[in-house]
Amino acid sequence: MELFKNTNYDFLGKKWPFIIASLVLTVAGFGSIALKGGLKYGIDFKEGTLIQVKFANPPQDNKIRSAMLQKIKTEVSVQDLSGNGVVNTVEIGTEAKGQGESQLNTNQNTMRAVLTDTFGQPGSGKLDLNNTSEEELTNRLRDPLARAGVALNEDQLKTLIRNILGEMNTQHSGLIVDFSQLSSVAGMNSGIMNTLRQECYLAPFHVVSAQMVGPKVGAKLREKAVLATLYALAGMLAYIAFRFEWIYGLGAVIACFHDTLITIGLFSLFDKEISMTVIAALLTLVGYSMNDTIVIFDRIRENLKFSRKESLEAVMNRAVNQTLSRTVMTSGLTFLTVIALFIFGGPVLGGFSFALVCGIIVGTYSSVFIASPIVLFWHNYADSRRKTPVGGGPATPRVETVRKSPTKAVR
Amino acid sequence: MQKNLKTRTVIIVVTILLCVVGIIGLPTSKADLVDHLKNSIRLGLDLKGGSHLVMEVQVQDAVKGDAQQTVERLQQEGAKQGIVWNSAEVSDPQSVDDAGKVTITIKGVNPTKSSDFRNLVSTEFPTYILTTVNSTDYSMKLKPSDLIDLKKLAVQGSIDTISNRINDMGVAETSVQQYGQSGADYQILIELPGVDDPARAKEQIGTTAVLQITGVDKQHDTAFTSRDDALAKLGGVLPLNETLVRSKPRVRGQGEEWFLVGKVPVITGKDMRNARAGQGDTARTWQTSFTLSQDGGRRFARFTGDHVGDKLAVILDNDIVSVATINERIEDSGRIMGLGSEEEAADLARYLRSGSLPARVTPAFENSVGPSLGADSIHQGIVAGIAGLLAVIVVMLAYYKRSGVNAVLALFLNTIILLAAISYLHAALTLPGIAGVILTIGMAVDSNVLIFERIREELRTGKGVIAAVDTGFNKAWWTIVDTHVTTIVSCAFLFLFGEGPVRGFAVTLTIGLFANVFTAVFVSRTIFNWELSGRRGMEALSI
Repeated sequence: MELFKNTNYDFLGKKWPFIIASLVLTVAGFGSIALKGGLKYGIDFKEGTLIQVKFANPPQDNKIRSAMLQKIKTEVSVQDLSGNGVVNTVEIGTEAKGQGESQLNTNQNTMRAVLTDTFGQPGSGKLDLNNTSEEELTNRLRDPLARAGVALNEDQLKTLIRNILGEMNTQHSGLIVDFSQLSSVAGMNSGIMNTLRQECYLAPFHVVSAQMVGPKVGAKLREKAVLATLYALAGMLAYIAFRFEWIYGLGAVIACFHDTLITIGLFSLFDKEISMTVIAALLTLVGYSMNDTIVIFDRIRENLKFSRKESLEAVMNRAVNQTLSRTVMTSGLTFLTVIALFIFGGPVLGGFSFALVCGIIVGTYSSVFIASPIVLFWHNYADSRRKTPVGGGPATPRVETVRKSPTKAVR
Repeated sequence: MQKNLKTRTVIIVVTILLCVVGIIGLPTSKADLVDHLKNSIRLGLDLKGGSHLVMEVQVQDAVKGDAQQTVERLQQEGAKQGIVWNSAEVSDPQSVDDAGKVTITIKGVNPTKSSDFRNLVSTEFPTYILTTVNSTDYSMKLKPSDLIDLKKLAVQGSIDTISNRINDMGVAETSVQQYGQSGADYQILIELPGVDDPARAKEQIGTTAVLQITGVDKQHDTAFTSRDDALAKLGGVLPLNETLVRSKPRVRGQGEEWFLVGKVPVITGKDMRNARAGQGDTARTWQTSFTLSQDGGRRFARFTGDHVGDKLAVILDNDIVSVATINERIEDSGRIMGLGSEEEAADLARYLRSGSLPARVTPAFENSVGPSLGADSIHQGIVAGIAGLLAVIVVMLAYYKRSGVNAVLALFLNTIILLAAISYLHAALTLPGIAGVILTIGMAVDSNVLIFERIREELRTGKGVIAAVDTGFNKAWWTIVDTHVTTIVSCAFLFLFGEGPVRGFAVTLTIGLFANVFTAVFVSRTIFNWELSGRRGMEALSI
């Protein structure tokens, strides 16, 4: 099966609609960022406190918010995360807004306490099985189990507790609504079950994750991520300039920049958060887009060796056509993987796969319609300057300025 | 070509074996296999569940402490030489950034003694710079190099103390390390796998008083062999305000030792200023000398004065680390003599120092992922990964037919090499790491596609199969080198300048790319050669 056999599309002739589309997307993205007052950062960049809570029933956002506001003085955000495979989960957060680390730390403890007060049974004297730790549960059950006549030594007790919590975490996402859900745990018997019922209760929620980012660390993380990316781009520019020509390096880097900017813009348009995992996705996207561009550049360089009379535009078009089949295959296959990730990957990978879905589309066309035209524009400009006598040296043929690719190949 | 093929096959088989052993070891049973697999592919905290904490060391506390000690000593030395002044004050730093601004201000030095005063400071306190404000007033500040040393020492001391305390919590595979640049950043990164509610951990890390020095009961100052032995000898009841504490065994296998000690400590970690090991007065004896704060010294003097001839116990985190007899009244500096070895003295000095944090530590960052979220992420990630991989395999086979098998084999080998490398390097697989894996797979597919498309092109020009494969590989080679080197260059920068997650991404991607060059070019080529060698002069290639 072959999809593109000896195609001869005039890609570079159609560059303008795409360049304009890119500009529109960039402007729309930045417009959206400006209108919304900046990007929506994930907690790891934003500075503040955040806990993710899974409820047994659809959560009442307003009840949570008003309960929180009675104890926490600053603004409290409650966001429903349901959808995309997630059920009954909310994110409760406070922003730093000039508060120090210790206040943020207190806020986090307060949030947990408020949840217990509002939805749990704080006065019962029992332990909340849905929000406990291995150590806490072990200490709680040790004596009652002994009193109930369940003979376990310390190691057996620890294994039992680990099995109970393991069952809850792996089979029930950490939240059970009835003790009978634990009946299949290894080593469970009626004595243990009765003790559990006596000593514990089941709050209708489970704290899934918690984060606190102090102002200093948040700023440092942001700064480092941006710096590392910029250095990486500069490194790639240098390598491509060394292997090709400096303008090729510049074209490739501008294309990558373009992809990143548009993807960030789309994050703002679709109201998605930029988190540390999204940064990883953006880095992946830079790598991917760069790869795509180099494949085309390599082909241009190869074609230039044999076609001295053709115009650069024709050479480029031919290169794009020759690599078209490869471009469609690679992009298509990578796109398949990323779509699978987007559909099945769950909430943690949500932002990550969204960035890649956008990035692959943008990254594929930017190689053809952004990176190559930049090289073309520069050469046309340089050629026209050479033709007008400004006192420069004799016009050198364009071809010789391009470094030849080494012909000796290693098997 | 035949011989060449053999060498290539041997290289590939050896690589596969090495990788498989790296991932699953040499299992003897099914349970063994699962066990090895779990050990070799370590999951990061974001997948496994656990806590990352960043604590900031309030280094200004240490600087202020040093300044206060300096004022105390200055007053003693000044009094000896008859130099007096009206007031000496230490400024109060508000944050870490103020650490360099801590200043001692001395007012009202008698102008006739000013040269004596300047001499005193320059000879006795060489780490400080003295600035003359006017004829009677002076200010003192730490020298920049000593300031940096002091701050580094405070961070290192905090790391030691926190490591000790975390080890006591019994959590496996914890790590405590400097976060950021030594000397410029005062943060400590703490990783606690499996702890998803780090409130207790934070509490334990932040407390300053776990070192205690307390008196041993006068009537019962020898060791008991067990708790029961002690209770039997004491008639079943502990005296009021006294408790039994076990001694930390010095030698493995040594019998238990329990002492009856006072519940209320005389000295706690926050009174301890410094401790160091040294040679004793007579040959081959060792001692540990320590200094206490002014306030602690007063309390210690009162206690030791009343209890000459009695014993006292040094308790660190509920274990007795040393028992010594009080020979005389001790004020703010004393020594524990008659220690058996240099090592014992050094250990004791470390215990005395580590009991107190040199400065407060406050939480600056926390990321806790519950094991349930980790389990969900892994499950969803695996489903997505398999779905994606299946789709890729189906399309590759449909589009490139027999040669597609070639690519799929190369892809599998690539994944195995990547996992083996992660296992050999003891790296942990994190979410950003998985991002690196995805890009690797994308580029692995790309390399194969590039080669196959090139071979097809060559076939179209009418070349024979063997020649087409040869030229196809040769022409695709430099493209593959360029794309891979560019990405490796960017990874190098990400690794050098990035932090945590970004680094994980760079590491997995770099490994993946090297594996990729091997599988897509070397392995894939070998399979082609192998296929072609069987049927020399084959007319058609399934591509």
